[in-house]
Amino acid sequence: MKHLLAIEQLQREEIEAILDRAESFAEVGRRDIKKVPTLRGRTVVTLFYESSTRTSSSFELAAKRLSADLVSVKAAGSSVDKGESLKDTVATLSAYDPAAIVIRHPYAGAAQMVAGWTEAAVVNAGDGKHEHPSQALLDVYTLRRRLGSLEGKRIWIVGDVLHSRVARSNLIAFQRMGAEVTVCGPPTLIPRGIEELGCDVSHSLERLGEADVVYALRLQQERMTESFVPSLREYAATFQVDTRRLSPRQLLMHPGPVNRGVELSGEAIDSPQSLMTEQVAAGLVVRMAILYELLAGGERPAPVGDGEGAGRPTPIGQPA
Amino acid sequence: MSLTETLDVRPGEAANLILRRATVLDPVAGIAGVHDVVVRGGRIAELAAPGDGDADGAEVVEAEGLHAFPAFFDPHVHLRTPGHEHKEDVETGTRAAAAGGYCGLLAMANTQPSVSTAADIASLREQARAGASVPVGFLATVTRGMKGEELTEMVELREAGAVGFSDDGLPIRSARIMRRALQYQRLCGGTIALHEEDPELSGDGVMHEGPVSAALGLAGIPSVSESTMIARDAALAAYEEARIHVQHISAAESVEIVRAAKAAGVQISAEASPHHLCLTDEEVRSLDPQRFKMNPPLRRESDRQALIEGLRDGTLECVATDHAPHQAEEKEVPFEQAAMGVTGLETAFAALHTELVLPGTIELGLLVERMAGGAAPFGIERPALAPGSEANIALCDLGAEWTVGEDGYESRSQNSWCAGRTLTGRVLVTLAAGQVAFRLRSFSLGVAA
Repeated sequence: MKHLLAIEQLQREEIEAILDRAESFAEVGRRDIKKVPTLRGRTVVTLFYESSTRTSSSFELAAKRLSADLVSVKAAGSSVDKGESLKDTVATLSAYDPAAIVIRHPYAGAAQMVAGWTEAAVVNAGDGKHEHPSQALLDVYTLRRRLGSLEGKRIWIVGDVLHSRVARSNLIAFQRMGAEVTVCGPPTLIPRGIEELGCDVSHSLERLGEADVVYALRLQQERMTESFVPSLREYAATFQVDTRRLSPRQLLMHPGPVNRGVELSGEAIDSPQSLMTEQVAAGLVVRMAILYELLAGGERPAPVGDGEGAGRPTPIGQPA
Repeated sequence: MSLTETLDVRPGEAANLILRRATVLDPVAGIAGVHDVVVRGGRIAELAAPGDGDADGAEVVEAEGLHAFPAFFDPHVHLRTPGHEHKEDVETGTRAAAAGGYCGLLAMANTQPSVSTAADIASLREQARAGASVPVGFLATVTRGMKGEELTEMVELREAGAVGFSDDGLPIRSARIMRRALQYQRLCGGTIALHEEDPELSGDGVMHEGPVSAALGLAGIPSVSESTMIARDAALAAYEEARIHVQHISAAESVEIVRAAKAAGVQISAEASPHHLCLTDEEVRSLDPQRFKMNPPLRRESDRQALIEGLRDGTLECVATDHAPHQAEEKEVPFEQAAMGVTGLETAFAALHTELVLPGTIELGLLVERMAGGAAPFGIERPALAPGSEANIALCDLGAEWTVGEDGYESRSQNSWCAGRTLTGRVLVTLAAGQVAFRLRSFSLGVAA
């Protein structure tokens, strides 16, 4: 695997390889010194054109735990503000010979374009409303830890599917791992033709009880002014996942940040069936695994004869 | 009106030549057979028996196995002049047209500033007389600055030589303004060409709304954003007994509406572009804006089939390229940010020959007819191969394979939807308005006598 651009491009075995790798990094996280030398001497660039807390911080920490040199570029306050094109920005950053560029961009296909412009491995950290593959991987990781396997499990993705890259990546990832997916929301927020991706479509929470896992999506405030929903009140009344609609055997997930009292009730968020904190923790180890797979994993032969030199994948069992 | 009565071209030497043993095909004139096409003084002097044409000192082009068609006419081209000459200008755009076998084209008015005054028209006509390889006609905008608020001085524009009117690039939102323009047309004539799209429905869409947009997370442009506006304007044209031409039809629903309007006697004509006839929204999965982002967007296979059926039954009387040049920096950006439009003049015939004629989807004669069908809706005489006609001829090698872009482009821009494709069928020589407008370099070298 050269890049991580879209879940759509991954086979089940590739997904499982990353998750298995993440399991081994979970052990590193329990040590006093939570760092391995795998990427020592190599550079990881994070290039964020959109605001982000979880994704950017976990990729940065993942790079640091793997001992990479890290350059974090945020569009605000950079030459992007001065009108530099994406292509030119990538050319500039590529001059540092980075091993990986992690990019978040407000438009679909940006990561794929960047992959055509640089020698570095490119990680899509969210491109428009298209895909968010690392989120899908960490969600599958979280579920696999809890359930053992997703095979035959029923997963409902509830909310603003239309504007959600998380919904798209997770829909594909869950299905690849053997789950049956239903997307649920008002017709205004379910993209026309989504059923061709193999999922069921529901416009009511009536049958929510059949789900093993409920994955709620964030509803942006501005969706009301655009008449996607008449009011937050009506949306919450019809589509909020709360403890009344949720049975105790069901697991609850959300990519964050949550609008308390809109897509989820506060009670549901804080209930023991909520996996939201586990999702965040999984984000770190899964992103370490992604960087490892791209930069040190797979078929890449280990360089010989340069001692502890740069670029050499180090067995992760050894602390740095 | 003949081509050069209405359109402007750089004056040059009238052609004298013979296309020896050419396979001549002009379905409208009922000509199909092998002839020596004798061109004298820029006119078709005779279609002689093969080998019998009297050269009389004129150049002889050995055309055995090659096809001579009436040259093509494109009613929908963006020459980007004035204002965006870095993308295209009158000279490069008409050169691209000549290379594609065209003997005439109509230029859209959505320039910077837009073509909204008689002075704008006069200046463009002067540029055409100075540098156009093939005759060009200019459309003026329907509304001032394409704002959709006030009509342009349509009478004065017509007197200055505007062939017709269009706000192409933007729809005319207001039904009231649309109706006024149609009423006013009675005073000044000039077909009104319409970019049909309801912006309330297309919103910030960047591709066809359907399973592919759902999979990619791209905002969709539903088919009904086009078809509802066509239905509105067909009804208005019927009510005002006006003449309208619907540009770049993309959706099956739209074809159906035009078909019904024609059956009801509305003076409506319509065009389809080569890219909508050859491609579907499945191409957008590549997220390549250079080749696959345009407005209207590529739609489903069922839409493409409906367009082909419309071409067959005459609901769509012509192919129009909507040649829309853009520079690389406007296309080397993520799909949603990229400019809309692709170039098409140099590849239209070859692409449709490759994609529709060779697989047997449509007959060669139908393609030839539709390639020149864009003249009549604007009151321009269609190019013909009958003796006595002005020489407007496309000489083609239907067996020639070539890779698009390999030798560069005549156009100043490179955003061809065919870039990198191998096409079968190539224009070798174009005669436009009685002059030799184009010769493929390798071919002319090959036959130099």
